[in-house]
Amino acid sequence: MLHIYCPYCGENRDQDEFKAKGEAHISRPLDPMGCTDQQWGDYMFFRKNPRGVHHEMWYHVAGCRKFFNMTRDTVTYRIYETYKMGEQPSVTAESLAGGQS
Amino acid sequence: MQRFSGFGLAKHALSHHENWQRMWRNPTPKKEYDVIIVGGGGHGLATAYYLAKEHGITNVAVIEKGWLGGGNTARNTTIVRSNYLWDEAAHLYEHSMKLWEGLSQDLNYNVMFSSRGVYHLCHTLHDLREGERLVHANLLNGIPNEMLDKDQVAREIPALNCGKNARYPVMGATVQRRGGVARHDAVAWGFARGADALGVDLIQQTEVIGFRQSNGVIEGVETTRGFIAAPVVGCVTAGNSGVMAQQAGFRLPLESHPLQALVSEPIKPVLDCVVMSNHVHGYVSQSDKGDLVIGAGIDGYNGYGQRGSYNTIEHTLSAIVEMFPVFSRVRMNRQWGGIVDTCPDACPIISATPVKGLFFNCGWGTGGFKATPGSGNVFAATLAKREAHPLAKPFSMDRFYSGALIDEHGAAGVAH
Ligand SMILES: Cc1cc2nc3c(=O)[nH]c(=O)nc-3n(C[C@H](O)[C@H](O)[C@H](O)COP(=O)(O)OP(=O)(O)OC[C@H]3O[C@@H](n4cnc5c(N)ncnc54)[C@H](O)[C@@H]3O)c2cc1C
Ligand SMILES: [Zn+2]
Repeated sequence: MLHIYCPYCGENRDQDEFKAKGEAHISRPLDPMGCTDQQWGDYMFFRKNPRGVHHEMWYHVAGCRKFFNMTRDTVTYRIYETYKMGEQPSVTAESLAGGQS
Repeated sequence: MQRFSGFGLAKHALSHHENWQRMWRNPTPKKEYDVIIVGGGGHGLATAYYLAKEHGITNVAVIEKGWLGGGNTARNTTIVRSNYLWDEAAHLYEHSMKLWEGLSQDLNYNVMFSSRGVYHLCHTLHDLREGERLVHANLLNGIPNEMLDKDQVAREIPALNCGKNARYPVMGATVQRRGGVARHDAVAWGFARGADALGVDLIQQTEVIGFRQSNGVIEGVETTRGFIAAPVVGCVTAGNSGVMAQQAGFRLPLESHPLQALVSEPIKPVLDCVVMSNHVHGYVSQSDKGDLVIGAGIDGYNGYGQRGSYNTIEHTLSAIVEMFPVFSRVRMNRQWGGIVDTCPDACPIISATPVKGLFFNCGWGTGGFKATPGSGNVFAATLAKREAHPLAKPFSMDRFYSGALIDEHGAAGVAH
């Protein structure tokens, strides 16, 4: 069972209060009508789905009802950090490979 | 291949069953094959079997990183049915259902396919309308499916709580009587034995770690035992498909999630059919050994650890007890997870890829066991002719660009 720190509530809460919402940092095309089918399909459906470090959105559905981001390992399920919408992760696959933790 | 029969059983009893032939060889990989299948689950093994049997292509290797059928094939709740809503999906799953019906004879291997009936409960007016719609869509496609009212359901499934005091009272159900369960391991082993007998090399404990290509054309696979060449490669790696696509240089519209199942201690026969409920989200059947086989929902997060969350188990069991209060004191024996490759429209991807000669068969997500023979059959034809089998055509990954999705979230409602 995961213990998740909501960056808005500022507390660790039980996994049951949250919903996972998939890959983070996907931005909606600014000019949807100008997209090719390829670009629109990529935006809508295609995902990174990595084995290892993943940046993903979570929703504190039974709490403050805010979306936030998380850096988590998809194999060990270890949570490295949670951060607010609009912020960038401080832990990445590259930074971990570079020996920082 | 040594054929199995009742007579053989008696004969081998005389030598204490010590002289049975091994079911398949354990060959060293050749340098080159006509076709390489990556992934020795049910779908990969079925593909190899039908390639050899129906297309005469026998210089084939199946490369499996663990052991045959140790992935989702070994981890699923074995529900088999073909009552999908949309024409494309219904035809594909029905193709598979027809193969199930003669599979034990075809393979000379008892896959224990048991048409014990699959019930989908309806708990709301909306459920009833969706059920009616599904039944009629199926009938138009020539796939028998029936709608039952509450009294019929109560008569046919005595252990089910059909009382009006249930939190979500049962109002009716659809039933596909040809549906049922099969023995998962036997399906993998039967296909493996059949493929091996036709000359296919089954190579276990060998992981594919890369695809060698030149100018966008496949040349073979890099493995933990070196390079193996082939002009055609079919990748059938279920939950690991996203990682495989990344190795080949493209992305798939897939996300991998843990999906759990659990079995109880064995009890006396109490449930002779498969019961599923989209509304409270639970599904259960009873195995021949007597244990209740219970499937959970997926964990919402992406995950590759073959285990899931305890709260998912808790939700599942509360749904089961809601449906079957008599199970409330049954103890659970074992619980495990598999990694399922879920697709946005809850349908598989059987497709050519940006790499010429490399094909993928994946995205079966939570419900591909039932498709094992059909998936292998159409994928074999696709690999043999290097163009999509007519039943596979609508399942190309191009649909995520054209918009021609096949939205089976309704019929696939619960994870099965
Ligand atoms: C808990 C659970 C319950 C389910 N219940 C049902 C159900 O009731 N009915 C139903 O129809 N479906 C069900 N499913 C879904 C079903 O199990 C799958 O869709 C189906 O078994 C997939 O078969 P497969 O052969 O494609 O995959 P798998 O059996 O997973 O085979 C893929 C193989 O590829 C191998 N592999 C992966 N990467 C590599 C590599 N790099 N090199 C070499 N080998 C590799 C793996 O080791 C694995 O053996 C369930 C799944 C789960 C997890
Ligand atoms: Zn919060």
